[in-house]
Amino acid sequence: MVLAQRRDPGDMKVEEAVSTPTRQPGEDLPHHTSGPQSFAWWGMVLLIATEATLFAALLASYFYLRFQSGPEWPPEGIEKPTLALPLIMTAILLSSSIPVHMADAAIKKGNQMGLRVGLALGFLLGAIFLGMTWGVEWPEKLHEFTPTTNTYGSLFFTITGFHSLHLVVGLIMNAWTQTRSWMGAFDAERHLTVQMFTMYWHFVDVVWVFVLATIYLSPNF
Amino acid sequence: MATVAERLEEIWGEKPGLATWVSTVDHKKLGMKYLYTGFIFFVIGGIESLLMRAQLMRANLNLLEPETYNQLFTMHGVTMMFLFATPVLSGFGNYFVPLMIGARDMAFPRLNAFGYWVFLAAGIFLYSSFLIGEAPNAGWFNYVPLANEDFAPGLNIDFYALGLIFLGVSTTGGAINFIVTAFKMRAPGMSLNRIPIFVWGEIAFAFQVIFALPLLTLASVLLVLERKFDFVFYNPDRGGDPILWQHLFWIFGHPEVYIVVLPAFGLASAIIPTFARHRMIGYTYIVLAELAVAIIGFGVWVHHMFATGLPQMSMSFISAASFMVAIPSGVQVFAWLATLVAGRPVMRTPMLFIFGFIFTFVIGGLTGAMFSAIPFDQATTDSDFVVAHLHYVLFGGAVFPMFAGLYYWLPKMTGKLLDERLGKLSFWLIFVGFNLNMFPLHILGLLGKPRRVYTYGEGLGWEIHNFLSTVGAFILAFGILLTFINWARSARNGEPAGPDPWNGETLEWATTSPPPDYNFEAIPTVRSREPVWAQPELREGPQPPELGGYTLDKGHVTLSTSVLDAQPEAVVHMAHETPWPFLLTVALMVMFYGILIEAWPLAAIGVVASLGGVLGWFWPSGETQET
Repeated sequence: MVLAQRRDPGDMKVEEAVSTPTRQPGEDLPHHTSGPQSFAWWGMVLLIATEATLFAALLASYFYLRFQSGPEWPPEGIEKPTLALPLIMTAILLSSSIPVHMADAAIKKGNQMGLRVGLALGFLLGAIFLGMTWGVEWPEKLHEFTPTTNTYGSLFFTITGFHSLHLVVGLIMNAWTQTRSWMGAFDAERHLTVQMFTMYWHFVDVVWVFVLATIYLSPNF
Repeated sequence: MATVAERLEEIWGEKPGLATWVSTVDHKKLGMKYLYTGFIFFVIGGIESLLMRAQLMRANLNLLEPETYNQLFTMHGVTMMFLFATPVLSGFGNYFVPLMIGARDMAFPRLNAFGYWVFLAAGIFLYSSFLIGEAPNAGWFNYVPLANEDFAPGLNIDFYALGLIFLGVSTTGGAINFIVTAFKMRAPGMSLNRIPIFVWGEIAFAFQVIFALPLLTLASVLLVLERKFDFVFYNPDRGGDPILWQHLFWIFGHPEVYIVVLPAFGLASAIIPTFARHRMIGYTYIVLAELAVAIIGFGVWVHHMFATGLPQMSMSFISAASFMVAIPSGVQVFAWLATLVAGRPVMRTPMLFIFGFIFTFVIGGLTGAMFSAIPFDQATTDSDFVVAHLHYVLFGGAVFPMFAGLYYWLPKMTGKLLDERLGKLSFWLIFVGFNLNMFPLHILGLLGKPRRVYTYGEGLGWEIHNFLSTVGAFILAFGILLTFINWARSARNGEPAGPDPWNGETLEWATTSPPPDYNFEAIPTVRSREPVWAQPELREGPQPPELGGYTLDKGHVTLSTSVLDAQPEAVVHMAHETPWPFLLTVALMVMFYGILIEAWPLAAIGVVASLGGVLGWFWPSGETQET
């Protein structure tokens, strides 16, 4: 047991750290956290990491199947994707990050109206993007090819479908945050839900850039 | 005025009963559930292997139909990898990570409960396939085109793909929970360089899950889309590529081996110092080696595909990386041996299982290094040699440490000691049985016997090895049975264990056996890597406030500390028991069955019910605020 009792060289620092004079340790600690101090922030970072891996693997599968399929891509009978509509959609989706960011910044100052307006604008832009995907882009493509035509069609609809699904989740989170805001859940100190939603929304926007580069830009080059 | 313990019991206690059984969020109860359920699946998977061994005992036997045999070896692999090894190690992690770091629960208690229920539901989902006689039958790695609809028209493969997608939800949630718990909830003073190695093992495991599991999920989703909706990904006739499945599967699948082995290594590192009576030598090197294995593990997947005709260059890189894994693995083995040599080892049952682990795992590692050589791999691929290798690695690397963990930690969990004599007898039967079971398969593989064939002809020189292997399998099974008998007997009338039966060094020994619902009366401040050895006050009850004990007896709270230095940062309110994780799991199960039988209204009901479950989960109640 002699060896076990040897003191660690790092001890001094810790003893200094805990010698803060309180009668009951912990009584002076805050009961609310946000950002990297909170559990939820780390949970969201890891969720985003694993989701990002999923998208990375999906896009890698796209390039794998593309390069296994022969010189022509898209395969015969399918036009190269046009860029006008996707670029407009991209502008709409990416700009949705601005009001969402402002909503987050507003509640940090305790500004409830700023939060609600920012969330609503973010929701609107996200919904417009989704409407254009499902209402314009998909029907147009379906005239040309379907998910069952060939690997190109399967990949196109799987990748955009995956992204749409994430966007739907983001919109639900947005609506929930808005609801909680009207229930008076947030103030300048307590707004972890807003932060979580903001992180997730930015992630869905950033992923779209990679989706755009893969399925719209890469076949043109 | 109530004592601290009474107040904490009032705050943290969960009333026993059926309602609590469903709604508990206590990491210890969930850990036990994981262990019980995982070991039940272990028994089922074991019975499957005994049936196969019985069939192979002699040439041309007809105990099993070929189709039954296919389903048995597939479900044996799926069960042991996904429903036994990972959940049991999660069970140990669930129970002991919070205790070893001095926390009162996991970071996300409801997610933890959800993880358990989804694991159970996915297990039931996978096994319900036997009810209609259509269990998965294309091997645990489920290669296409064999698993395409053309060659596997039944529901077999759909059970597999959907079951694994479902199960992935549980494993991912658990991984996130482990990392956040280990990063943010350590006792004050437990800086990064004082984290118990077992907890490091769980961290390494969890990071691998975060980055590896999405590939399995993706591979399975694409397979479901192809089988159910006629998409094209894998089918070569329509422009797909079956090798894509192999890439996706093995980029997940090889890390999965380390997902199973790394926490088991951590278990070994928890047990060795206690019984060597010596602090772990080379702590830093072991931790770095674990992390190195976790990272290199992502760069070796192609060595499962050396026989698929990939370019020589890419195979050479993978071959080099595969050799490289031997270095950090070797570092760990030498650190364990050095600790044993420097200390005065005490031969108790947990330590015996650790010796069994080192011996068996080193043999598996040696044959693993053989496979890194491409020509050898190509000559023995899909033979029984591979089966022998993987069992030496996985049974040696994971099951031996788990049994060591059972003998080491059950006294903490139940408060009762296990029988030493029965434990040692069980060890020797398992050790001899396992080697007799698996060693002959090396020879059979070199003689050319392919794996996964349900029988073989006479006169090939294979009978004796198969016979010995079957005898070994039954000895092994008997040895395992003895441990379960030991477990049951000790739970009924074992000797009381006391808080610290082994004189251990980590924090789980600084509380009662079994621990109270709140784990520690005072969350201790830690001043050493071996706190219980170095801080005598920890053995004498709760750490007093002047030495840094945090009682926190004013609410359902625990302490949150900084990631690097574990400086106290905040008091965090923890979730209370709730039935929503269970209800959400049921809703998801309805959805998965709906997709399975293509009953879309049913699937839609499942989706809507799941949304309701999420809403119920997050609906604000009382003092627990997610804000």
